[in-house]
Amino acid sequence: MDGGAILERLRARLGSAIVETHDRHGDHTAVVAREALPAALSLCRDDAELGFDVLMDLTAVDYQKYPGREDGPRFEVVYHLYSIAHNHRVRIKVRVDEDDAVVPTAVPLWPIANWFEREVWDMFGVRFEGHPDPRRLLMYEEFVGHPLRKDYPINRRQPLIGPRI
Amino acid sequence: MGVGSFFTSRLDEAIGWARKYSIFQYPFVTACCGMEYMATACSHYDVDRFGAGLPRFSPRQADVLFVVGTISHKMAPVLKRIYDQMTEPKWVVAFGVCTCTGGFYDNYATVMGIDTIIPVDVYIPGCPPRPESVLDGLMKLQDKIAVGAQRY
Repeated sequence: MDGGAILERLRARLGSAIVETHDRHGDHTAVVAREALPAALSLCRDDAELGFDVLMDLTAVDYQKYPGREDGPRFEVVYHLYSIAHNHRVRIKVRVDEDDAVVPTAVPLWPIANWFEREVWDMFGVRFEGHPDPRRLLMYEEFVGHPLRKDYPINRRQPLIGPRI
Repeated sequence: MGVGSFFTSRLDEAIGWARKYSIFQYPFVTACCGMEYMATACSHYDVDRFGAGLPRFSPRQADVLFVVGTISHKMAPVLKRIYDQMTEPKWVVAFGVCTCTGGFYDNYATVMGIDTIIPVDVYIPGCPPRPESVLDGLMKLQDKIAVGAQRY
């Protein structure tokens, strides 16, 4: 399936839950409403035509202070899906606001999402509802804040031992 | 020495001479510098020529702590504990710029030089250092060991 057909199929099945789509630089992308995310992801995995059996990457973007996106939702959680059987890809995005940065978990669909979601929680502070083990992945438990957020001070250090420089 | 001649020396000099050719290192390898460490240890550069050919992977059996690679704040307590577990006399080599100063990292995760946590005897800069500079650092460390110089 080529990318346009994938997006067309998603639109046909999910209707208004697809907020917008684009294929910039040949990367076909669908922005999904958060409420419809579990349905969209299971459709992507289980639909015979789509068959996205691999979650290649799950990450997030902080759009605070991003030109043109100042008053939009602050975070975007990004899913990169790949189908081994069909050799095609799609990118799913979901937008969440800062004061409600919660996204349904994808762990039941792709177990690999477990560590990805822990990393996104660790770095961006986006919580994943229903995650079986919602701890930090990279930073230590004593760490305060989320270092890849744009408002995390660039020179703030939180050493466990040694001088606080 | 011929018959009837005699030999005088100071005991600590003899001990220093023996110690400098029996360096048992603990390689604390965390990052890419480890490749250069391996190159130094292998036959082409052959660190065994300096009596430092046998790494001990237990801190209690090691004399020299080679800190090879970036140390993150999460790893810092582990490094300190390894250092504390080593028996004296002990020396520390900071291998590569990350361990010397933090290198090009200046972020939330990286320790700005391991000398903020543990005392360091020899700094080997480089990203990563060439095996020649490692051997140079090792010989400088041998000079320090020979005269019994230690930092506590």
